[in-house]
Amino acid sequence: MSILKLTDICKDYIQGKEPVRVLKNVCLEVEQGDYIAIMGPSGSGKSTLMNIIGCLDVPTSGEYVLDGKNLHDLKDDDLAEVRNKYIGFVFQSYYLMPKMDAVDNVALPLLYADVPLKERRERAAESLGVVGLEDRIHFLPNQMSGGQCQRVAIARAMVTKPALLLADEPTGALDTKSGAQVMDIFDKLSADGMTILMITHDPDIAKRAKKVYHILDGELLTTQTGGGEDEA
Amino acid sequence: MLENIHLAFEGIWSHKLRSILTMLGIIIGIAAIITIVSTIKGTNEQIKENLIGAGNNVVTVSLNQNGNEYDLSWNPLPDTVRVISEETRQELENISGAEEVSLYYSRSYTDGFFYLDTAFNGNVLGVDRHYFSAYGMQIRSGRGFTGKDYTEFRKVALVDSTAAKSLFSGVDPVGKEIEFGSDVYTVVGVIGPAEEFTPTINSLNDYYLYANDGSGSIYFPDSIWPALYQFDEPQCVAIKVKNTDVMASVGKKAADLLTEKQIIGTDTGFDYRSADMLEQAQQLQNMSKSTNTQLVWIASISLLVGGIGVMNIMLVSVTERTSEIGLKKALGAKKKRILLQFLTEAAVLTSIGGIIGVLTGIGLAELISGLMQIPVAISAPAIIIAVVFSTLIGVIFGLLPATKAANLNPIDALRRV
Repeated sequence: MSILKLTDICKDYIQGKEPVRVLKNVCLEVEQGDYIAIMGPSGSGKSTLMNIIGCLDVPTSGEYVLDGKNLHDLKDDDLAEVRNKYIGFVFQSYYLMPKMDAVDNVALPLLYADVPLKERRERAAESLGVVGLEDRIHFLPNQMSGGQCQRVAIARAMVTKPALLLADEPTGALDTKSGAQVMDIFDKLSADGMTILMITHDPDIAKRAKKVYHILDGELLTTQTGGGEDEA
Repeated sequence: MLENIHLAFEGIWSHKLRSILTMLGIIIGIAAIITIVSTIKGTNEQIKENLIGAGNNVVTVSLNQNGNEYDLSWNPLPDTVRVISEETRQELENISGAEEVSLYYSRSYTDGFFYLDTAFNGNVLGVDRHYFSAYGMQIRSGRGFTGKDYTEFRKVALVDSTAAKSLFSGVDPVGKEIEFGSDVYTVVGVIGPAEEFTPTINSLNDYYLYANDGSGSIYFPDSIWPALYQFDEPQCVAIKVKNTDVMASVGKKAADLLTEKQIIGTDTGFDYRSADMLEQAQQLQNMSKSTNTQLVWIASISLLVGGIGVMNIMLVSVTERTSEIGLKKALGAKKKRILLQFLTEAAVLTSIGGIIGVLTGIGLAELISGLMQIPVAISAPAIIIAVVFSTLIGVIFGLLPATKAANLNPIDALRRV
């Protein structure tokens, strides 16, 4: 079953006076349970693609269908609702609230879904258990290591049980060991049926994915089935 | 909402110095307003207390010509004004709010009254049987006027304690004789207010208003007034009213009634007008009020400046927390929620400022009261208005920064770290 489908997505940015086309007719279909890595050098448009998939940005042209729903013409607040409901974000630099403990950080998206406080805490604690941080529930971000912080961020991303987990360089700020730990969690989540789309420039990370796409100069190139090879 | 308030307190607490500096404008403005309002209210309440304490819930109605009180000391007997009859007096007493009505003659400028070699230059009044009870006066020594004093035209007089001092200089006036022209009048008693009340005097105006009885007053039965001056003088009217609140309205009704009934013909320039102490006091109050209103306006400028300060800091705060806002939006927070968060923070900030300002204002008012002997009264409505107003300032001046935060583009917000 197709979770999201991009058709002929283009994105232009105005740089100086002339529009620069950052994404050129990108087509992408993600199936339920997919584990995809999108690779590309910096400036290739992969962040823009991720922003569009994550509903943080809207395409200049093209069609985006998410969970059977065409996202054409949605207003800011509608997009916020779509993000809250369907997408879980994992960012390179975690973006945790420094003054909130782990459980409150994880519970944050549920607040925006108007879940009552008690249920928010319960679900957040459960989610922290999945990433192996059940004993760090009341730790503040500055009391945890980078790897732990990123695991909190993953717990936050999946607490709403989103249709798609979107990760932008999830190991970019981590050392090899914590990076591997984080990737193990992604693998486990994928094994449990979570649909994951990851953006990275690290081939070792991309290897873990089942499908790898390459993006270059705004064009989504080859489709590769099965990780392990990294030819462009 | 509670979540937002909690967050706001945390935010304010984590930037203590900055928050205090931001609130300073609000604190100063609110403190100044509370101080001024407390002082005004204190003065007003003292004026009222002075009036009620002095038993002055009496409104007088007197004849005016072209807007000035018609004084028979130097004016001829007006031939277009009738003498007030007993029926009219009772009619006046029937005005709702009126308790007792007295008719009396008076001279504020007197000449020719002597005790031995001492001349009297206070007030002389010819009073009816209702006068002393209307004014709440009691006999201090000797006796009052009896029915026979009136009916038999006895040459008797009462003096008040001030006249007793000024004219008789320490001698007991009862039984002494006052000379006027070729006649001799016997003082039968000393009369004074029912309760000795010392009004609080803070200014020269207060002194004239409450404490200046000059040389005091001599009272005669109104039946012998023609022997002292002349027949058919129009009387003054003193009306004791139930309470100070109805003074003005009763006075107005009585004056209108008298103008209608007593003046013969039209366009004579004569009319009856009421004067009560409360009205005079209010005129004084209005003078100080207009100065104080200006002060309140000046203090409001401080509030405006404070509000701009709040806006400035909130804008800085939005910039500082761009990534926080970006993350919240990425996680699904709608505009309204972000807007509300920053509005709440601004409102909580200014409300705290308002509360500190109120406390400072009360402290200042008490301090001024202690140092300068000015009465203060803390006004609860003023406090409530001040706090509500400071909250409003937060909302109004928080609107721009909060809108800015709510409209941040999540990508730009997240990129900036």
